[in-house]
Amino acid sequence: MNLLANIKYDFMGHRKMALILSSIMILVAFGSLFARGLNLGLDFTGGTVVVVNFDQKASPADVREQLEAAGYEKLVVKNFGTSQDVEITVPPQVDATTGLVVDDAKLSNDMLEVLQKLDASAEITKADFVGSQVGDELIEQGSLALLYAIMGILIYVTIRFEWRFSLGAIAALVHDIIITAGVFSLWQVEFDLTVLAALLAVIGYSLNDTIVVFDRIRENFRKGRKAETVDVINNSIGQTLSRTVITSFTTILVLTALFIFGGDLIHGFAFALLIGVFVGTYSSIFVATTSTLALGISREDLIPVEKEGASFDHIP
Amino acid sequence: MNRYPLWKYVLILVIVALGTLYALPNIYGQSPVVQIKAKDDVAVTQATIEKVESILTSGNIAHDQVVIDGETAVIKFSDLDSQREAQDLLKKQMQGYDTAMNLRPNVPEWLENLGGRAMNLGLDLRGGVHFLLEVDMTEATENKKKQLRSDVTASLIKQKTPKTKISWEGNELVIGFRNATDLATAKTLIKKEYTELSLSENISGDIFELNGLLSEQSLKLIKDSALEQNLTTLRSRVNEVGVAEPIIQKQGADRIVVQLPGVQDTTVAKNILDATATLEYRATESYDAAAAQIYQTGRTPPGSTLYFESNGQPIYLKNRVIATGNQLIGAQSIIDQQSGQPAVNVQLNSMGAARMLEFTKNNTGKFMGVVFKERIPIGKNEAGEMQYRDKQEVISNARINGIFSNRFQTTGLGSQKEANELAMLLRAGALAAPVQIVEERTIGPSLGQDNIDAGVMSVQIGLALVLVFMLLYYRMFGLIANIALTINVVLMVACLSLFGATLTLPGIAGIVLTVGMAVDANVLIFERIKEELRDGSTVQASIKSGYEKAFSTIADANVTTLIAAVVLFAFGTGPIKGFAVTLSIGIMTSMFTAIVLSRAVVNLIYGRKKRLKSIAI
Repeated sequence: MNLLANIKYDFMGHRKMALILSSIMILVAFGSLFARGLNLGLDFTGGTVVVVNFDQKASPADVREQLEAAGYEKLVVKNFGTSQDVEITVPPQVDATTGLVVDDAKLSNDMLEVLQKLDASAEITKADFVGSQVGDELIEQGSLALLYAIMGILIYVTIRFEWRFSLGAIAALVHDIIITAGVFSLWQVEFDLTVLAALLAVIGYSLNDTIVVFDRIRENFRKGRKAETVDVINNSIGQTLSRTVITSFTTILVLTALFIFGGDLIHGFAFALLIGVFVGTYSSIFVATTSTLALGISREDLIPVEKEGASFDHIP
Repeated sequence: MNRYPLWKYVLILVIVALGTLYALPNIYGQSPVVQIKAKDDVAVTQATIEKVESILTSGNIAHDQVVIDGETAVIKFSDLDSQREAQDLLKKQMQGYDTAMNLRPNVPEWLENLGGRAMNLGLDLRGGVHFLLEVDMTEATENKKKQLRSDVTASLIKQKTPKTKISWEGNELVIGFRNATDLATAKTLIKKEYTELSLSENISGDIFELNGLLSEQSLKLIKDSALEQNLTTLRSRVNEVGVAEPIIQKQGADRIVVQLPGVQDTTVAKNILDATATLEYRATESYDAAAAQIYQTGRTPPGSTLYFESNGQPIYLKNRVIATGNQLIGAQSIIDQQSGQPAVNVQLNSMGAARMLEFTKNNTGKFMGVVFKERIPIGKNEAGEMQYRDKQEVISNARINGIFSNRFQTTGLGSQKEANELAMLLRAGALAAPVQIVEERTIGPSLGQDNIDAGVMSVQIGLALVLVFMLLYYRMFGLIANIALTINVVLMVACLSLFGATLTLPGIAGIVLTVGMAVDANVLIFERIKEELRDGSTVQASIKSGYEKAFSTIADANVTTLIAAVVLFAFGTGPIKGFAVTLSIGIMTSMFTAIVLSRAVVNLIYGRKKRLKSIAI
């Protein structure tokens, strides 16, 4: 089967449109991130999450009412997976008489007692407590991880290719991460530890795509034909397009399977990666290459240095 | 031109066979078991097994044969309900034994003998409690500083050197003297006995001060040993309650992760972490053969108490306590400079030191024992009161070889290992610094099973979708890519099992993601072959240059992804780490299967056909 084989298309001719599209997406993402922020999960905010299972269908509204009547505040109550499971999120609670933070095991047991009045079959299936200091550290570690990953990639791509390529790859990466985070902010999807992991995996994926295109550009430059830089880039993207689309497609296949069947805990992770793969595919075609082009890449930058060329000649 | 030498085929075949063998343990699944272990660490005997059998039979609980594994007896059950029932029953009826519920892989013996083992399941897949504890390092350092101050004071009093003041100024211990002679005498003593302080003098006018600075290195050492001591204490406590396969690990500079699989009641678990333990130094009344004789008569000498040593020997100690664990500051195993024998260095605070001095003065040549007492919460009774169990054991019995006070050595230990263990036990008495729970997660066992089911299902469906697509799109070559992909999953599972990695939900996600991305290398190669064919190359030449030209692209793309994965591993904790491990392993195994293995299959099928006109790609 040959779909998309050797496409001749002026990708770079549309780079202005791509620039506008990317700018809009980044602006919207930034706007949302500043205005609404991320819906940070328990991992980052601290607090207690309890999942309670009932023998029959449970209404989050009733559960909330029952708990609020018992004096709990700032609750988030929603169904978790099935209609028989309810997830309750509570910020750290302070005991009015002692002024101390209520022990979380006591908190979840107290809440269970309240709920058992509503339905005797109530049972805790999952209880998480995270102290607030842990969350701050996670954000710090996550940002550091991002920074080091970017630095490592910058160095590797500079060594293997050229600095303009490494900046182009980084531009695509940052583009992808901002937009994916923007989507999480815009729709207020919960951002937890697994989403952070997914975001870092998006780096790996987006890069993979970008490198494949860059590799072809380098190869075509080295073939030595006196072609215009823009044409070389257009050709390279066209030649790798079928691969880009097929790989993205297979990845999206498995991610969809993960999203639908992987269970609730993995939902956010699969969602982040799905967005990341879409944006990553687009950015490896338009963002990485246009950035590199804008930085003024030319054939001379990629002609193999003397030493490297000499050693190549010995290979029969 | 597209042929591999025989050795290459053989090598590939061997790798695939080994991979299959070591992935195999995972298909047998796991069974709920109850583990029984004697509280005094004595190995279980045939009699114990018969007793367990009869209890279970009379309780009408269906079970597999009882097997012995090291010092524990293991009983397998077909379902979780009978496991719980059996544990309740055995706990009640088997006095002197610890029982624990666990999951054990059903790996056949021949496979186990070859080193095959199943992946460990993370807490999110098997249920249990996870705690993240933070050690209060300010407290740990403050404690140590207080001790140092009172020790130095005691030493100076003993040396009869008068001082005008002694106090901490930041991390510097400032000691004032009346004249330079006193300062010099004190300096010689402190330099010898307190190596953790780096000394400097401050003499101006009528000020004679000695400054002892706790260096960054000493401070780090204090914190490290506080963390180590807390780890040791927690480990011995958790083992004591009989939780199967607990994980107790350092995380960073001041955190401890405690994972207790199978435990559901967090209150019990928390009490374990808060348990108190004490040490007591007492005079020995009678030990070894003499004690055994008295034990036979059953008449305890007046003013003493019967204890047992860790090897089960009876020993009688006087009731008067010379020093307690609260007065113990530190214990390190060392090699004694003079004798070259292993020994344990013990440090007491000033109060303990004074009493030790008084006691040893009058009792040189006699024996002194150390009792280890622990109060362990074992759960609530029906009235809701917490129940405790006291554990008492004599962990050391040694001859008093001279008069000593705050610092002394315990010698006569059999080996370095024994010295290490004694030092650890002495320290394990109490937590070095208070701990605070900063994270707590409980996952019910049913949720764990749901997670496994969902994870396995998504891997299967994802894999099936990719396999069907590749077959439709690349036909014969798609089939080859599918073989490579399937073997890739097998090799990943084998590597994870061999490394003893713990499989978590994000880890499963990593496997799923790798399945999607692993075909990439084959797609790159096949697209390259197609291009070569379109450019008019012969089929054989196209295959060859397709593989060759795609290689550098594949390598570059994978190395960059690997960089991201390694960074994730280095910075991540818990779930992120699990994901990074599967991703990294997946990248490496997929390079092998997509490039080397798929090429081998292509060569086998097409390599010998010289006049090949077309291929199904």
